[in-house]
Amino acid sequence: MNETKDCFWKRILKIYGNTRIVSVCSLGYLGTRSVASTAAHQPKVCIVGSGPAGFYTAQHLLKNHQSLQVDIYEKLPVPFGLVRFGVAPDHPEVKNVINTFTQTAHHERCSFYGNVTVGSDITVDLLKRAYHAVILSYGAEGNRSLGIPGEGLPGVYSAKDFVGWYNGLPENKSLEPDLSSETAVILGQGNVALDVARILLSPVELLKKTDITESSLEAIAASKIQRVLIVGRRGPLQVACTIKELREMIKLPGSKPQLDPADFEGLKDVIEDLPRPRKRLSELLLKAAMEKPVGKEAERQAAASRCWGFKFLRSPVEILAKANGARAVGIRLAVNRLEGSGDSARVTPTEGREDVNCGLIINSIGYQSLPIDPAVPFDYKQAVIPNTMGRVNQAPGLYCSGWVKRGPTGVIATTMNDSFDTARSVLQDLESGQLDTTSAKPGYVFVKAVLEQQGVSPVSFTGWEKIDAAEIMKGKEAGKPREKLLDVAEMLKLARA
Amino acid sequence: LRAEDKVTVHFVNRDGEKITVQGNTGDSLLDVVIDKNLDFDGFGACEGTLACSTCHLIFEKDVYKQLGPITDEEMDMLDLAYGLTDTSRLGCQICLSKSLDGMTVKVPESVSDVRQSVDVGTTTS
Repeated sequence: MNETKDCFWKRILKIYGNTRIVSVCSLGYLGTRSVASTAAHQPKVCIVGSGPAGFYTAQHLLKNHQSLQVDIYEKLPVPFGLVRFGVAPDHPEVKNVINTFTQTAHHERCSFYGNVTVGSDITVDLLKRAYHAVILSYGAEGNRSLGIPGEGLPGVYSAKDFVGWYNGLPENKSLEPDLSSETAVILGQGNVALDVARILLSPVELLKKTDITESSLEAIAASKIQRVLIVGRRGPLQVACTIKELREMIKLPGSKPQLDPADFEGLKDVIEDLPRPRKRLSELLLKAAMEKPVGKEAERQAAASRCWGFKFLRSPVEILAKANGARAVGIRLAVNRLEGSGDSARVTPTEGREDVNCGLIINSIGYQSLPIDPAVPFDYKQAVIPNTMGRVNQAPGLYCSGWVKRGPTGVIATTMNDSFDTARSVLQDLESGQLDTTSAKPGYVFVKAVLEQQGVSPVSFTGWEKIDAAEIMKGKEAGKPREKLLDVAEMLKLARA
Repeated sequence: LRAEDKVTVHFVNRDGEKITVQGNTGDSLLDVVIDKNLDFDGFGACEGTLACSTCHLIFEKDVYKQLGPITDEEMDMLDLAYGLTDTSRLGCQICLSKSLDGMTVKVPESVSDVRQSVDVGTTTS
């Protein structure tokens, strides 16, 4: 932290506006505005989950209300959810949002309580007793299943677990994925699929400068994977990734794209009329597929020892097992026919089948939210909490934001806007009296008593900062931003030191 | 810094209010927003590293034409911006120069929200 004091305040002000802090900073030119709270008592709100949804919801609440207290509960001892455990290690820029989240956590009316599992350590009903409002922002901790024979065979992994493994998610530390085969198949063509492909193919010299875990770096350094096939149900105009990730794949050092021009025939005319994001994405894909590289790029591709490609109009039907059934050695794909066009195009499987030999299969067809407590309504079909503008349907006092609210898609900015929306609903309900604050709520005092009874001892944000400092120090020795701790017990020990 | 190194910028925030500030030549519009503590919710989430689109700004047509060339990487991020227009750029990529003096830039509204009147702490100065 070599940030000057002045700069620090500027950043704080950027986040919280000036209404509370001006007097401290005596920045005379900024006007203050005093706001009388309509509530008889201090509104106490808790947020379940400390990923982007949780922190952006907290940020908006704190900034736009002058007395409300926000307590953030997190299952793990460490905060930031998918920013820490989802964002690819080679995308450190995206993790800059942690700076803003950290300032939110330092806000005098915000507290962080890690190592608390809502649903088991404390129920949502008890949280409702402690707080005027409970906001569920716990994301999507499941992976949609393929629902095909052989899915459980060794060699088949969910993207969620695989990403968790290289990003140091404690529950995935022992995954030890088998990287001994030449070909990997990734099912799904979203950004997570491309992250996984990139991590599998990236030169180790690049990865070792990131915060990828030491153990996964070692495994990837010894990997035999030379080719990654990224499989989608639909066609080239329906890929779910965004253009930044596609461009990174196309430029990936040491790897070349292997795209079948036949897949792209006749698309040039179609893409002219597409909306800009889809149009630019398709143009880039088409260029990579149809144009022969020249000059430096031709040399680069000729020298590349690894390759990747998209496979379109294929759905997995069966994992093919070794004769003794011990592990996956391939995958059988159904050949699909596309019906309709654009984003709403659907597929019907034909009789056609294609077998692909591969020893590594990663299911990246999507994350999935799971219910955490019977007291919270849950839409099992959509795998979201049913809500209207973040207000949980038929459950006054309950709110939701982020992936559990709208499903596991979108970039951080999407979650930011979505979380601000939920925060606005909470503020509006406080203002209108729909959220009744005429009686005082005990907040954390009550939760603390419950947790003590359960033998659960939460980790404070200061506790996390001890873990953080230790990780950064450990990373320094290895020339990387941090070396993540993988063990919850070790985290707890450090946090309490 | 001398007065001639200052560039006046008028921001129009999401509530339609005009905020006039002076920035230094060479600073990016994101720098100006931070230095002047302008209160645009969620602005500059990735801190100017071309990894998000939250510093999206909309320019006047004439000013837009004067702005420097746009990279593929900036275009890639703009593709994901809410309320994209033909004169949209990312604030982190636009550096102030004397020729931009007096320009007006608009902070786009986010599309998903239904504006509610309870943003009691919003800065208006």
